[in-house]
Amino acid sequence: MFKAFLIKYGEIGIKGKNRHLFEDALVQQIKYALKSVEGEFVTSKEQGRIYVEALTEFDYDEVMEHLQCVFGIVGICPVVITEDEGFDKLAEDVISYLDKRYPDKHKTFKVNARRARKNYPMSSMEINAALGEKILQAFSEMKVDVHEPQILVNVEIRGRINIYSEVIPGPGGMPVGTNGKGMLLLSGGIDSPVAGYMIAKRGVKIDAVYFHAPPYTSERAKQKVIDLAKLVAKYAGPVYLKVVNFTDIQMYIYEQCPHEELTIIMRRYMMRIAEHFAAETGSLGLITGESIGQVASQTMQSLAATNEVCTMPVYRPLIGFDKQEIIAVSERIGTYETSILPYEDCCTIFVAKHPVTKPSLKIIRRSEMRLKEKIDEMVKTAVETAETIIVESE
Amino acid sequence: MEAYFDNSATTRCCEGAVEIMVRALSEDYGNPSSLHGKGLEGENYIKEARHKIAKTMKIKEAELIFTSGGTESNNLAILGAAMANRRSGMHLVTTCVEHPAVSAPLKFLEEQGFSVTRLSVDQDGIISLDKLKEAITPETILVSIMYVNNEIGAVEPVAEAARIIKEKNPQTLFHVDAIQAYGKYIIYPGKLGIDMMSVSGHKIHGPKGSGFLYVREKTKLKPIIYGGGQQKNMRSGTENVPAIAGLGQAAGEAYENFEKKQEHLRQLKNAFIKGIADEEWAHFNGRTGADSAPHIVSLSVDGVRSEVLLHALEEQHIYVSAGSACSSNKPAVSATLQAIGVKRQYLDATVRISFCKDNTLEEVEYCVKKLKELVPMLQKYIRH
Repeated sequence: MFKAFLIKYGEIGIKGKNRHLFEDALVQQIKYALKSVEGEFVTSKEQGRIYVEALTEFDYDEVMEHLQCVFGIVGICPVVITEDEGFDKLAEDVISYLDKRYPDKHKTFKVNARRARKNYPMSSMEINAALGEKILQAFSEMKVDVHEPQILVNVEIRGRINIYSEVIPGPGGMPVGTNGKGMLLLSGGIDSPVAGYMIAKRGVKIDAVYFHAPPYTSERAKQKVIDLAKLVAKYAGPVYLKVVNFTDIQMYIYEQCPHEELTIIMRRYMMRIAEHFAAETGSLGLITGESIGQVASQTMQSLAATNEVCTMPVYRPLIGFDKQEIIAVSERIGTYETSILPYEDCCTIFVAKHPVTKPSLKIIRRSEMRLKEKIDEMVKTAVETAETIIVESE
Repeated sequence: MEAYFDNSATTRCCEGAVEIMVRALSEDYGNPSSLHGKGLEGENYIKEARHKIAKTMKIKEAELIFTSGGTESNNLAILGAAMANRRSGMHLVTTCVEHPAVSAPLKFLEEQGFSVTRLSVDQDGIISLDKLKEAITPETILVSIMYVNNEIGAVEPVAEAARIIKEKNPQTLFHVDAIQAYGKYIIYPGKLGIDMMSVSGHKIHGPKGSGFLYVREKTKLKPIIYGGGQQKNMRSGTENVPAIAGLGQAAGEAYENFEKKQEHLRQLKNAFIKGIADEEWAHFNGRTGADSAPHIVSLSVDGVRSEVLLHALEEQHIYVSAGSACSSNKPAVSATLQAIGVKRQYLDATVRISFCKDNTLEEVEYCVKKLKELVPMLQKYIRH
């Protein structure tokens, strides 16, 4: 019965003079999200409202699913849009809407009219009362409840008239692209895709880097990361994924440095390389899935040690999350099933039995000195030979 | 050079099979159950396949049920026999080195109230016939023993087992999972005293999704798939004519020039074993001589995880499998390797090399050479 959706957005409504920029970004993101949905849609901006109108047949659930992935959307209202042809016609339209939408009429309701167009001959209060009466006449089972109605019949009088009674929650946040770009360190695990999702939610476009260590990590592990990037792209738009061959660096560190420091030193080089790409492609910060104390390399001391090599800010949106909380988000956004596929990633394969949990910066720096002969050349090669994959959502 | 040594996972479909399948898919595509001529054409492919396969085992054509592959054949044999014979007893016997396609349906039956005895094996993966004899009771309705173990190539004494089973309890049915054996050994189930035998098409250069179960006539068996009553009610569903035709062709070809092919496989295996036997890091699991399967080698390597070795070999275009391919997607520890007492440090450091008739000695030599280069290199990065 619906051919259109009214999109409600929250925070971006209050962004002052930049408001139109945010609205345009949201329109762009909606268009991107609907690109892979069957059917033709027009997304337009009108007087502080965004509308998605279908020109063809479409699958309601599919559209809803895609819209619910667009950051910046607070609510999605399936709406009936009618032309203003006088109050009697409006009442007819409202009654027909209720009739179709609610087969069971044993419901309480309230009419909530608003006029953006103040030249409408009746005031909002008058419309509420008159429409309420018409509805009661049409459906004797329905009752008015102005405090907690089961159905809130919204009637918005603008250029045209919007009739809707449902607001389906959107993901909130800000439209992607309104807050710059960040470089996500994407492993194959549970945390990093969630971290990417959370930063994207604040309007940040996401690029990603993955450290591949063949033959210690398999092609399947790489495919898994691409699949995770695809899932992130569902929310964040196309993800530019850098795949860095990290094997030589990892082996070199392994040969030269104490094994219990391996993970920390390895992560410092990952940060350095990620920052290099971030600077090169205009990212304003790094994003990781770290959470304090989750593993040896994520204690406060370890985080300080890896953080030291970065000049850019490192965003760690999961920093205060427990594993269960991260898993809950991961399940909700659909990355969990892919994350738990059991392929080795480069962090797990070389792990020492007893890695340092309280690394001293002084000692780590001294260990890194042992790498000075070849490491710069190796990092350069790794950067130059990195593969770039543009990952689009499906 | 490329060397595909994962033939126990699957094989390349032979050209004869591809050709006949294309015909059955695009020209003679009739449904064998249709009464018109097109249907008859389809039926003829099945008859032809039946004929070819029956000849390889000296069985009657009616003693074959076509299935979707080895897993379905094993399920049909085990679940079907249990359902049909539960009034005679609720006891089943198997080994602890079976493929999951056997052990999992047995586990299911256990949950349904059957009792299952699992025979242990020696360090070579071979069951003890004395223990088998002990295990069989008047309540035993089915014994299921594999012919060739898929992970280490151990060959079970199925002929002796059949004799012992029938002596102890003539009513007990004997099922053999011959998925890794058919095509590598000449097997006459009728003469051996095997009542049911499972075979998979894609392990013998036939198509995936094809297989059969040999069922000795008058064996009491219930179907596990119900429907239109095809294959004398034993396996409903429109016959997969192209797959059956391909399977028939592949089965026929598997037993052409049989001795020569078997000898060739043995040569490959011997060359591989000889090539690395002197390396300190190499440990073979199970027997390696003429009393083992000609096409399977299980190799444990000191200090190199199987997944790492597998991918390192892959970079050299050598394809092997980590443990058993069917369970390699989950890092589950192999029950077979545990059962034969493989040391803990080798449980995730074992690869399976499996040959086929199309492999060459050059490929084996290439693989041996690469292993000798790669293993010492990879060993440097042992996890401490």
